[in-house]
Amino acid sequence: MRDTRTLRGKVAVVGIGESRYFKHGKSPDPEFKLALQAILAACRDAGVDPRDVDGFSSFSNDRSEPVRLGNALGIRELRFSNMQWAGGGGGAAAAVGNAAAGIVAGMAECIVVLRSLAQGQFQRFGFGPGAPGAKTVSGDMAFQVPYGAISPAQRFAMQTRRFMHDHGVRQEALRAIALASYHHAQSNPRAVMYGRPLDAATYDASRWIVEPFHLYDCCMENDGAAALIVVAAERAKDFPHKPVYLLGSAAGADHRFGAPSHNTPDYGNSGFTTVAKRVYEMAKVGPKDVGVVQSYENFTGCVVMSLYEHGFFAGDEANEFLTFANLTAPDGRLPINTSGGNLAECYMHGFEMVIEAVRQVRGDSPNQARRSDVSMMTAGPMIPPVSSLIFGSEATL
Amino acid sequence: MTAASKSYLPEGLPIPVPEPDGLSAPYWEGLRRGALLVQRCSACGGWQWGPEWICHHCHSFELGWAPIEPRGRIYSWTRSFHPVHPALKDHPPYLIVVVELPHAGGIRMVGNLLGDAQQAVRIGAEVVGVFEHHPDAQPPFTLLQWQSTRAARGPQPGG
Repeated sequence: MRDTRTLRGKVAVVGIGESRYFKHGKSPDPEFKLALQAILAACRDAGVDPRDVDGFSSFSNDRSEPVRLGNALGIRELRFSNMQWAGGGGGAAAAVGNAAAGIVAGMAECIVVLRSLAQGQFQRFGFGPGAPGAKTVSGDMAFQVPYGAISPAQRFAMQTRRFMHDHGVRQEALRAIALASYHHAQSNPRAVMYGRPLDAATYDASRWIVEPFHLYDCCMENDGAAALIVVAAERAKDFPHKPVYLLGSAAGADHRFGAPSHNTPDYGNSGFTTVAKRVYEMAKVGPKDVGVVQSYENFTGCVVMSLYEHGFFAGDEANEFLTFANLTAPDGRLPINTSGGNLAECYMHGFEMVIEAVRQVRGDSPNQARRSDVSMMTAGPMIPPVSSLIFGSEATL
Repeated sequence: MTAASKSYLPEGLPIPVPEPDGLSAPYWEGLRRGALLVQRCSACGGWQWGPEWICHHCHSFELGWAPIEPRGRIYSWTRSFHPVHPALKDHPPYLIVVVELPHAGGIRMVGNLLGDAQQAVRIGAEVVGVFEHHPDAQPPFTLLQWQSTRAARGPQPGG
């Protein structure tokens, strides 16, 4: 009975699609139109009539609402409309898991999972929450904003600093993550940073945003949309591409993670302690089985913690594990962010990394990892609820 | 020295005010009087910060406000450069600290570390609170800032 309460192998991703990706403010099209472009591209990829879509799943209060999408696309029937509650980019993997749960429970047949985000059209994230020009602040942010502690970068910098202090992590570990993302973007024409390579000297000379984050440790702000299509595993072979099965999905947060005013008990932590354990349990794999990881970089320091919490290295091994050679495809010990990720492909709130995790299993990544049968994505470190997922090929079922 | 020049950061950042439901009002009122009050559960004695309507240890709603000595040690810190608010445009780097208060159940608070922004900062270093009053703001408010205990004792010989 217990084994029926799992998503392992029960759904497959059969289509992926993206709008063109832009630097924030550079998209000629509004956010909703970008969402439609991504959905239509995913439907074309899957050979699905968009009218046969019967559900939508997203995260971070996406503004492209299911009813407007469904009406615009003329879908025959809307059966599933789901939003992962809170967590910002932490919901990027959870949105796939929620769609899978809907399919497995018989609530829908063909669900589009999407994220559309035009930071040029709407507010940019880099200035932190709150209305621009607000004269007063209350609640949790009142304990931080008057001290100039406003942006996510500042909050996460202090958690990263504590982790680096506890485990002796050097700046070079953060640098290796930035260099890997930029390196991978150079063979991905979709990437906003395609044709703009980064070297160690440029990283070192770049300005501080907030210590220990240099400019190149920070994600971009972009305009775009990305979508994928989930169906039941029984139907997976009716579509043109190699099916990519969901092996595991988990979302949530450890005890009092994200408590107010920096009172998270396990402070030097990105939030995956419990989620990592659960995603491996469902997927029935361990860190050694995972060949390639898309690890959401809001900031590189958060990737250090995410990979540590997912068991890829012990704390005191961070400096030797996190090197450019180890983190790059095809033959690094653990290639990460093989499309360029949030740093160098596009900050589509991590959903572009879910798409890349699918590509790795299909075998059509711009930076194919040698081992890509088991492909992981870790979403939105620091911002609970966080989430992770693991995809696998048919051979892993 | 004018009141404005006494503040660590320039005027123009949002002014802290209690929520409409008044949850944190005793804290802000206490700072105005030069007192640090934090939540302590009347039922189990547990400490918590930031404030909430329920004790996360025992679920009692009988939360009191305990005056505590404003001292602690640096739990983490950062030196911030990017102007995250228009009031900070062209402002030089500044220090933000997370301070742990061991005598109040290890709760943590965020503030600025007073003094030279280029000073060496050490996790674990002891700090004392400094009340930074903004009497001319509308509405007036007070922040709790932090200073290293060495700096608070005054200039050291030879330095």
